[in-house]
Amino acid sequence: MTTFQPLDIVRTSATVTTAPPAGRDVEVAKLIDVSKCIGCKACQSACLEWNDLREPVGTNLGVYDNPHDLTPNTWTLMRFTEWENPQSGNLEWLIRKDGCMHCEDPGCLKACPAPGAIVQYANCIVDFQHDACIGCGYCEKGCPFNIPRVSRIDNKAYKCSLCSDRLAIGQQPACAKACPTHAIMFGTKTEMLAQAEKNIGVLKTRGYSKAGLYNPPGVSGTHVMYVLHHADQPQLYAGLADNPSISPLVEAWKGIGKYAGMAVIGATALIGAFHYLVRGPNKVSAHDEDEAKRLAEAPK
Amino acid sequence: MNDKAPSGAPVRVPRYSGSARINHWIMAIAFVILLLSGLSLFHPALFFLSGIFGGGAMVRWLHPWAGVVFALGFLMLFIRFLPANLPELTDFKWLAKIRYVVSGRDEFLPEVGKYNAGQKLVFWSQAALVPIMVVSGFALWTPGLDFLQSTFGIKATMDHRRLAAVVHAAAAVTTIVIWIVHVYAAIWVRGTLSAMIRGSVTGGWGWRHHRRWLKREVADGHVKSG
Ligand code: HEM
Ligand code: SF4
Repeated sequence: MTTFQPLDIVRTSATVTTAPPAGRDVEVAKLIDVSKCIGCKACQSACLEWNDLREPVGTNLGVYDNPHDLTPNTWTLMRFTEWENPQSGNLEWLIRKDGCMHCEDPGCLKACPAPGAIVQYANCIVDFQHDACIGCGYCEKGCPFNIPRVSRIDNKAYKCSLCSDRLAIGQQPACAKACPTHAIMFGTKTEMLAQAEKNIGVLKTRGYSKAGLYNPPGVSGTHVMYVLHHADQPQLYAGLADNPSISPLVEAWKGIGKYAGMAVIGATALIGAFHYLVRGPNKVSAHDEDEAKRLAEAPK
Repeated sequence: MNDKAPSGAPVRVPRYSGSARINHWIMAIAFVILLLSGLSLFHPALFFLSGIFGGGAMVRWLHPWAGVVFALGFLMLFIRFLPANLPELTDFKWLAKIRYVVSGRDEFLPEVGKYNAGQKLVFWSQAALVPIMVVSGFALWTPGLDFLQSTFGIKATMDHRRLAAVVHAAAAVTTIVIWIVHVYAAIWVRGTLSAMIRGSVTGGWGWRHHRRWLKREVADGHVKSG
């Protein structure tokens, strides 16, 4: 999909052999200042446009979210929440741009059974390689943010690529370029952390004492980060996870479970082989046959 | 060994009808497909097994359908074999002497009917595991879930689906272990395979391993002598 080379890849799904390159590249990050978003959906359109995707016309359920959820075509979605702030009594319109967070510790990649279908580049982007994808949907289960969607048409999983193809040719992500209010910013992770500090400072002077950065440690940080005016309550923003991490069920399944399962099956087969070598077959003797014959021939 | 040994070929005792054998082999082929396709997704080191089926996408498509065939085959086999697999007192006596079973000294074991306690355990543990495999398998199967939702309005949350993955993998490992024991027993105990292939065993096999069953078959006139 992209112009990245094998050595630009630090992690690959379902592969035990690739050694990571000596060092990481510059870590990139997208910073979304939720307080600056006006909900115009220019980013959503830019994403469809750049990736040449179309979303069929849907139905209006009386909310601004359109479509109603992420889909194999909609890799980023504006989610709108109306919230009455109990302190100020104000109605606040919280708008969050949902999409892949590009976790440092990617649950999708850990869950994926297809070698090379999900990779993490040295610049920390987590990307799907559709040629290798088998459409099993394990990535959906691995993801702590409920992002990947498997297409019912081509049975491949889709999500935001952080415009890895644009980055490779020196362009910023389409959504960041389209945003009219600079609510979406893009740069190195260091730059974006510094930018976040500034934006949080401004929000604090405006009375948002709980303003802060969303860069959750449960997944070792993300490469899409939010500035939230209510960083103490992420779930206000259309159910953004308070403290996301890869589900323990997925960790058990893809961690110890995989090795324990292989060991148990292997041990059973080995015990069988040894039993056979030591004991030899359990044979019916001529005596057994004779006894049977005598039984069968005995007068009833 | 025996002076008065009756001469000629051993008597043959019918054990499985043609339909029972067809039922068993449909199920067994489906199981091997499930085993190979399932394991190819279970561990990266086994992904190469997906090549047998034409790649990972084919595995993803084929595995659940093989599961449906397997489950239906098992259901029929379960009904067919249920009466002969009911537990009885002898089973516990047999299990208490399990060391003679493992060492192949059948002469120290109680006379058993059509199935011994080991065979019954295989039967009952698979009977418990197959429904678990089916339910958890459906929760991992996108077309299956779409069907459940559109037809019955049943929805699986993401946590249900995660749990299903763990349960499906754990139950699969257990069924595979039991299956290895089952196949090993069939090979180790010589003369057993012909029961499922030709449909009959030699009288000596019956005498040695299922004497009570053999006596019943003879008494019922199912064994042609001479
Ligand atoms: C009706 C019965 C079954 C259904 C519907 C079913 C369905 C599924 C589905 C949807 C998956 C996910 C991957 C894929 O799409 O191929 C899966 C994985 C798997 N299945 Fe099944 N299955 C069934 C029975 C079985 C049986 C009997 C076995 C035992 C041999 C088995 C062994 C496995 C294994 C080992 C995996 C991989 C688990 C992992 O990735 O950790 N399945 N099954
Ligand atoms: S659906 Fe997701 S987990 Fe499955 S092969 Fe494709 S990328 Fe990997």
